Amino acid sequence: MSIWEYANPKRFMQTSAWALPWAIGLTVLCLVVGLVWGFFFTPDDYKQGSTVKIIYLHVPAAMMAINAWVMMLVTSLIWIVRRHHVSALAAKAAAPVGLTFTLIALATGALWGQPMWGTWWAWDPRLTAFLILTLFYFGYIALWAAVDNPDTAADLTAILCLVGSVFALLSRYAVNFWNQGLHQGATLSLDKEENISDVFWLPLLVCIVGFILLFVTLVLMRTRTEIRARRLQALLSRERVA
Amino acid sequence: MKALLLRDLRLAMRSGGGFGLGLAFFFLLSVLVPLGVGPEGGTLGRIAPGILWVGALLACLLSLDRIFALDFEDGSLDLLATAPIPLEAVVALKALAHWLVTGLPLTVLAPGLGVLLNLPPTGYGWLVLSLLLGTPALSVIGAFGAALVVGLRRGGLLLSLLVLPLYVPTLIFGAEVVRRGAEGMDLATPLALLAGISLGASALLPFAAAAALRVNLR
Repeated sequence: MSIWEYANPKRFMQTSAWALPWAIGLTVLCLVVGLVWGFFFTPDDYKQGSTVKIIYLHVPAAMMAINAWVMMLVTSLIWIVRRHHVSALAAKAAAPVGLTFTLIALATGALWGQPMWGTWWAWDPRLTAFLILTLFYFGYIALWAAVDNPDTAADLTAILCLVGSVFALLSRYAVNFWNQGLHQGATLSLDKEENISDVFWLPLLVCIVGFILLFVTLVLMRTRTEIRARRLQALLSRERVA
Repeated sequence: MKALLLRDLRLAMRSGGGFGLGLAFFFLLSVLVPLGVGPEGGTLGRIAPGILWVGALLACLLSLDRIFALDFEDGSLDLLATAPIPLEAVVALKALAHWLVTGLPLTVLAPGLGVLLNLPPTGYGWLVLSLLLGTPALSVIGAFGAALVVGLRRGGLLLSLLVLPLYVPTLIFGAEVVRRGAEGMDLATPLALLAGISLGASALLPFAAAAALRVNLR
């Protein structure tokens, strides 16, 4: 029994069929609890007023936007090294989800930035880095869509993902260097003196867990769809040959 | 290897349009910007480093799909892939040829356009140096992008989408060198980082590009 057994599409379908209802249930539970708690049962911030509550969407979405790319990087590596199709399909399935999280982070950030910084958009390092991340997602998805042969597409997008990760990291430091930002530093780390207070921190934690679960759920669902689409394609081509 | 380099250079020179077009584009952009922004010298001088670098980048982008597409269509890329020299070297040579016909002329042309854009006199040397250090990275990254889309029928637009985010760090550091140079500030850090990107990209990306070519030729 090794972890690679899950690379078998049949095994993956069985396991995910069992896991999916649980994932959906936990996602809904966490998101409802976290968002309701965050929006209705936390006090207003003494400086930012009620706009601080957008943090419950903004921060988890931004975290997951980056984590989705990391997950795509890992699955792409697995595809290149061990050539498990489920892995490549999971990367393909994760890309639009990651893109959506990126766009949510940008949109909520604009809504938050307008009253706080007096502008919808600033060329702040983190904002710029996220804009570049959006471009990477678009390029990745476009390359998947443009190549007809699924194995070729998986190979090319995996190479793009690897190279893109290096350059995304590089851009992150480049834009940091290029411009001083408006964003506050990290306030969620466990070892810092200056953290946000527990009143905001606990519901935020629930929201982050909820967003992680949401990502897992969506990727599982989309991967299942991709596997089914692949099976359908195989059946159709077999019919055409016969 | 030398023969391959010479062949690519001759093809680029004789087929016309290909690389002259990039230079013409660079020239036109630098003429159009003052017309759009207005002739006021101070403003132009401040934005000149950025405009010149963006112009060089876009001019470079124009000719990228020619790196592999023509050879792919007439089948010579298959021959190159089975040739006794490794595919990585082929990629590196083609990127070098691309740089010799676009990056190098752009670097030579840039100071003249700096005059049009009212670049402060202290910036000229740094402009040439930054382009000299930065444009190889543009060619190598572009060769990687071109290798990714070589099998596609209309890869040109997709190529721009794939390559532009990869160009971001080069653009930032390149323009930063010129900006700081023009203002007489310390510029050792962006200069070193720019050179680092070019060297790192030239060392590693041919492998990625060759892998992509092998996938596309399979």
